[in-house]
Amino acid sequence: MTSVRPQRALAALVMAALASLALALATGSVPGVLSALVDSSAVAGARSAVLWQLRLPRALSAFAAGGLLALAGGLLQALLRNPLADAYILGVSGGAAVGAMLALLAGAGLLGMQVGSALGAFATLAALFLLARRAFFGRLHTAARVAEEASTSVLLTGVMLAAFAAALLSLLLALAPDVQMRSIMFWLLGDLAGATDLRAALASIVILVVLLALAVAQARPLNLLLRGDLQAFVQGVDVRRVRRRLVLVSALATATAVTLAGAVGFVGFVAPHLMRQLVGNDQRVLLPAATLAGAVLVLLADTVARTAVAPLQLPVGVLTALIGVPVFISLVRRL
Amino acid sequence: MSTAAIECRGVKLRAGSRLLVDALDLHVQAGSRWVVLGPNGAGKSTLLATLAGARRADDGLVLLGGRPVEHWDVQALAAQRTLLPDGWLDPFAATVLDTVLTARYRLGEADEHGSSVAGQWLARFDCAGLLPRDVRSLSRGERQRVAIATVLTQEAPLLLLDEPIAHQDPRHQALVIDELAWLKGHTLVASLHDLNAAVRLATHALLLNGRGDWTAGPAERVLTAEKLSALFDTPIDRLQAGPESGFFVVRPPR
Repeated sequence: MTSVRPQRALAALVMAALASLALALATGSVPGVLSALVDSSAVAGARSAVLWQLRLPRALSAFAAGGLLALAGGLLQALLRNPLADAYILGVSGGAAVGAMLALLAGAGLLGMQVGSALGAFATLAALFLLARRAFFGRLHTAARVAEEASTSVLLTGVMLAAFAAALLSLLLALAPDVQMRSIMFWLLGDLAGATDLRAALASIVILVVLLALAVAQARPLNLLLRGDLQAFVQGVDVRRVRRRLVLVSALATATAVTLAGAVGFVGFVAPHLMRQLVGNDQRVLLPAATLAGAVLVLLADTVARTAVAPLQLPVGVLTALIGVPVFISLVRRL
Repeated sequence: MSTAAIECRGVKLRAGSRLLVDALDLHVQAGSRWVVLGPNGAGKSTLLATLAGARRADDGLVLLGGRPVEHWDVQALAAQRTLLPDGWLDPFAATVLDTVLTARYRLGEADEHGSSVAGQWLARFDCAGLLPRDVRSLSRGERQRVAIATVLTQEAPLLLLDEPIAHQDPRHQALVIDELAWLKGHTLVASLHDLNAAVRLATHALLLNGRGDWTAGPAERVLTAEKLSALFDTPIDRLQAGPESGFFVVRPPR
């Protein structure tokens, strides 16, 4: 097992985050945008508009969305003690997509789609934990085997919900008029083109910081919880309370991310994995590390997505998968 | 009269539709060492989990320090009792020291004595050489002794141990039983399958037959050849003469 010193890894990730942010702001068809930060001449006016109204909101949104998805994925993987768990696989992103589609078909605009997607994400998570609540919130699991079955049953329920959401989506797509198909497809693949509101972007960064702080506050008990319900309880962890809090944090994180960027898959799954290889499984380090890694991953992917074949824009979800899948497979093969 | 560390009043335990233990009254005095014996599936683990507050009794009361165990705050409970479950989990890579230190959770981040307490218990259970190893590279017997050291590192006065000598070779069986028998300031409730280990460890014994009946009392009155033969439905003799006198011998069932 290769564990890097936690402080060093986190410091490196913060540096990477700042570097990717600078890169994202500097890259695009209008050059020299960053100079608008220090230059207030007339020429700089247009550049300033590009910076403040286009690139910064979009970069911050990408950063927040990636961080939130990775945080939610890391938490779900720890709570279910299963490396396969993430919002995408558990059907939460699918549910969000259905919500957004319904809003779109009902004639709502971008804001309506975002509200629809948040509602969809919450409805799916609520359904998941309602269906699996006995396994997840019921009696303490006093045997290892029972705990494993419980976590498997939550995971299976999630996979089925994802399949159900996919079926609903296909149904809605079949009914959708052609003119809406393109924007629907982009949304389904994850898209940040709509992120042009600086206040909304800043709010999403605040949400990211708050949710990460809430999660890290529970990281010590979560470390014990990973070893099994019974052991954690015996050692003084209020198992049900910790779990309830963290499920709520991951639900809020997923809903916010999906509202920002559509159904970006894969980040919530791969970022915690990569970081677990790097810093180990101590949640006090892993949760912030995964959050930063997810943020950097989506930000870089989005920078490529909007510049690679400019003036065309690619959906960011396509890029995260195209970069992430080969990296991930090579990592798994080395284990 | 000394105080009860833990007490059962009319406790009923079920597993599905089976009645395991019925109307159990148990008064475990502080400083005593109880051994729980019974055939497989008689409810020993269920009883220990119930005493630990990890599951509710199906009827009756479990009192810890005079207060129902389910009324205790989880963290306060961790300062009073600990449990060695059957089948300790080490699901991912971690050093032996980090594993043992999980038991210090209740003491918060600023726990200065954790490492020295952990090191001391590891040494007493012959695990001192394992300190930097990954728990998953240990044998099952070694893992079990690390788990016992973990439980003791929690520094709770009431120890509930489910088959503490599982997976131990003869030398380590004797070592673990000896260490447990010499503990000062602890109250012990341990399930065992080895009758001679039970005799060495117990001040008191509880027999569970798995059909609701139970027998409890001082070891010398409960751990008799007659009662144990009936409990396990197998002829069991106690040697009366020679250097091995007092040892139980199990005869093959006819």
